[in-house]
Amino acid sequence: MEIGLTQVLIAVAYLIFGPLLGGLLAGIDRKITAKMQGRFGPPILQPFYDVRKLFEKEPVTINTGQDFYVMCCLIFMIITGVLFFIGENLLLIMFTLTTAGAFLVIAAYCSNSPYSQVGASRELLQMMAYEPMVLLMAVGMYMINHSFYVKDIVTGDKLSFVYLIGMFIGYLFILTIKFRKSPFDLSLSHHAHQELVKGVTTEFSGRTLAALEISHWYENIFLLGFLFLFFANGTWLLALIGVVVCLLAYFLEILIDNGYARMKWQFTLKSSWFVTIIFGGLNLVLLYFFGSFELL
Amino acid sequence: MGIIIFLILFPLVISLFLLLIKSDKIRGPLVIFSSIVIAASSIAFVVTRFGRPAKQLLWPGGGTDTEMVGYAMMAIEVAIAVLIIVLGIKYKKVLSSVLAFLQCGLLVWFEFTKGHEIEIASNLSVDKLSMIMVLIIGIIGTLICVYALGYMKDFAHHHSEGKDRRPYFFFLMFLFLSAMFGIVLTNNLIWMYFFWEITTLCSFLLIGYTRTPEAIRNSFRAVLFNLIGGLAFVVAIITIGNIFSFIEFDQFLEYGRTVKANGQLDIAVSLAVTLLAFAGITKAAQFPFSSWLLGAMVAPTPTSALLHSSTMVKAGVFMIIKLSPLLGVDNMGFTQSHAIDFGPGFMVVMVGGITFLMASFAAVSQSNAKRVLAYSTIANLGLIVLCAGIGTAAGVWAAIMLLIFHAVTKSLLFLSVGTAEHNIGSRDIEDMDGLFGRMPRLALFMIIGIAAMFLAPFGMLISKWAALQSVIDSGNVWVILMICFGSAITLFYWTKWLGKLSAIVANRDNIQDKVHKEEWASLGTHIVLVVLISLCFPIISDKMLIPYLSNYFQGLEPAVSAALSSDNMLIMVLLVAAILIIPLLFYGRTRKRIAPLYMAGVNKGDNLTFEGSMEQDEPVSLRNWYLADFFREKLMSRIAIIATCVVLTLTLSYHAAVGIRLIEYLLGGGAA
Repeated sequence: MEIGLTQVLIAVAYLIFGPLLGGLLAGIDRKITAKMQGRFGPPILQPFYDVRKLFEKEPVTINTGQDFYVMCCLIFMIITGVLFFIGENLLLIMFTLTTAGAFLVIAAYCSNSPYSQVGASRELLQMMAYEPMVLLMAVGMYMINHSFYVKDIVTGDKLSFVYLIGMFIGYLFILTIKFRKSPFDLSLSHHAHQELVKGVTTEFSGRTLAALEISHWYENIFLLGFLFLFFANGTWLLALIGVVVCLLAYFLEILIDNGYARMKWQFTLKSSWFVTIIFGGLNLVLLYFFGSFELL
Repeated sequence: MGIIIFLILFPLVISLFLLLIKSDKIRGPLVIFSSIVIAASSIAFVVTRFGRPAKQLLWPGGGTDTEMVGYAMMAIEVAIAVLIIVLGIKYKKVLSSVLAFLQCGLLVWFEFTKGHEIEIASNLSVDKLSMIMVLIIGIIGTLICVYALGYMKDFAHHHSEGKDRRPYFFFLMFLFLSAMFGIVLTNNLIWMYFFWEITTLCSFLLIGYTRTPEAIRNSFRAVLFNLIGGLAFVVAIITIGNIFSFIEFDQFLEYGRTVKANGQLDIAVSLAVTLLAFAGITKAAQFPFSSWLLGAMVAPTPTSALLHSSTMVKAGVFMIIKLSPLLGVDNMGFTQSHAIDFGPGFMVVMVGGITFLMASFAAVSQSNAKRVLAYSTIANLGLIVLCAGIGTAAGVWAAIMLLIFHAVTKSLLFLSVGTAEHNIGSRDIEDMDGLFGRMPRLALFMIIGIAAMFLAPFGMLISKWAALQSVIDSGNVWVILMICFGSAITLFYWTKWLGKLSAIVANRDNIQDKVHKEEWASLGTHIVLVVLISLCFPIISDKMLIPYLSNYFQGLEPAVSAALSSDNMLIMVLLVAAILIIPLLFYGRTRKRIAPLYMAGVNKGDNLTFEGSMEQDEPVSLRNWYLADFFREKLMSRIAIIATCVVLTLTLSYHAAVGIRLIEYLLGGGAA
């Protein structure tokens, strides 16, 4: 693939607007959540104020290694998003995403602090729970569009959603984990009623915590971009539908978040894998079945 | 040709010397010197032959010299068999004696009835795959031998009760290298089998090195499983020799490919491929035979490193990769029907896939570092076997790449664990927390090794990527699921180990200076190799893999470039460079105030104790998560053994009818 001006522009746009949109989404999320809980809620821009405040805090850390790992997590998260939005190979994107996640886990482990480590272990468990579904989705996209490249999938004339409904459902399921929403916010939560609230981020503070927050914003935009991929087929109408579905999906996640308490890890792992096998696996089997009759 | 003979004979001669030398002062320089010679001549071998045709066949038979070699080999084979039979009887392991007797008898019988009539066009062969193997054996293998110099000093010190048997140990190590060179460079199947049996013998003796009851038990398990494979090898030789009247690997591959290309059903070829692949599966420690490799851990660590990285199991996957043009699941090998069919391709792919998945599951619950490494080896070999079994250019590309990366990385990891074990007195991952404080350089080496096993942008991941793509193209849904789940598990067990290593624990003394300098030299070279291969893999792909694959596969370029286009490779290489440079610039530098850890307000201030409920100081102790109820090792391996046994039974019984016809044919004196 040629890296042309368009790709550079897209990358720059993602670098700037990714966190802006992500932060805004987080603000809206908090507002809606507050309304659901009968509160007035913070201003929409509150996440930005929070991050600004974090930058002004006294620089404190617990050891000399942690900042490095968190930075690597942020860098790899950004690389993941950039690669995605310039239309690179899905498998490459999945793998850089995994590496970003691994850096976060290491950042928590390296503190050797009890709360952090519980969070780190759970984060790892969550990764293990959602990873097969993410890979399967890439496989599904490849089978429909005969390419792993995001640019080919976006411009391809097939509407992936129709063929990949099972995968779509599976993805919605694991999005709850990825967005760190209840019932699967085992490693890190925004709700005070959970038994381990700050988990992975227990030992992060100031700028380090801000960097992590920003990397979450990048990540969320990327994750919604992936959801959009199910609908992209090069027409404006479906692009619009795709955006609407992304927003609806996010709303759904907020709804689920407020409707459930945290589940145990056993349930997280079992249910994710169950959904992956049933919806993802069955979808795949059907694709091959129809593919062998040349219906695809 | 001279250099090939040198590669095989030089380690052999050195090994005999080492058997006789009792003094440390002579052994050290000799091992280092001969390691350098072997590594240098491996490189010279590859460099001088690089520009020549992709495949070369050498040393035609028919002369008195080859006849003499043949007889000498047979004599040695009989001697090996006698040794195993005697040891088997001595230690009451009669089954291995029976197998040794059976296969040796069969081979001798074959040699005297049919074998000596067969004309040999070339006994040796060199292609790019064997060059890669020569480099792995010549460089990684000797690095392990150098490492062993330092390690075995400590080992002899710890086990000082018996007499110092290090001469015997180094004898076996170098003999092993010699035999491995033999396996990868011979074309005559009987010769190959000869070297194959020597590796079986060497691993048997190395595993039993300490002569504890456990070591003896495990060594007999290893020899038993490998003899089962060896028996399959002999039967394959007899089948090929009697039915086709040739006995060379390249002729067999050519014949098989013609049959396959014409879409004919040649069940005899299918039978021979199945048997050879079966031999490969036993040697590559796939389920249901994997327990021999786990048992091999009783031996000193350099042995494990050697068995896991550059020798033994790599001989098994080498065999399967060689056979890959005749495997494949698109038509399951040799029939055209779409009905379910249990050809060798099916067997290899399913055994590899099940092994990859279940060995990864089993690794989760392990806290013994060597067991984690062992299960990871088994899983990775499963992936290699699976990729080779798919039998497409992209699949085999992935298999060879995995083989290269795995050899270097796994050797590094085993040796690092060995050094850690001798210095912290434990090989348990739980005892490695804070290793970063105690042995910073070693911890760094381990971290690089582990990251290289599964994280972007290192080589293993690139190969896994190609593997996934080739599996998708082959259309085997179950195997896709196995890879997706297996990869997720791999992530889990590696990252939690990585976390333990990178934990920064207060007040740990640096104990790193006790490590022998031979160990550092060997480990350091490994690190250089890991980085170098990760940076140069596009060149390796271009100059070695593509020429090798083009011997056997058509339409190669699109297949491989689809798996990994050059811009993806470039991105990967850039990421490797970045991940190496960023830590140098940023790691460990902070101007921030260092604050104590959060322990709900009861941290005593040193991060190592907290105030307990009775106002007593309690030490902080953190343990990793092994999900032992979920991923029970016994259960996982039981499932895997049952599943793979079903696969093997299906394939073998599918071919049993041919086998019976073959026996009738042989007993009837070739009348049928």
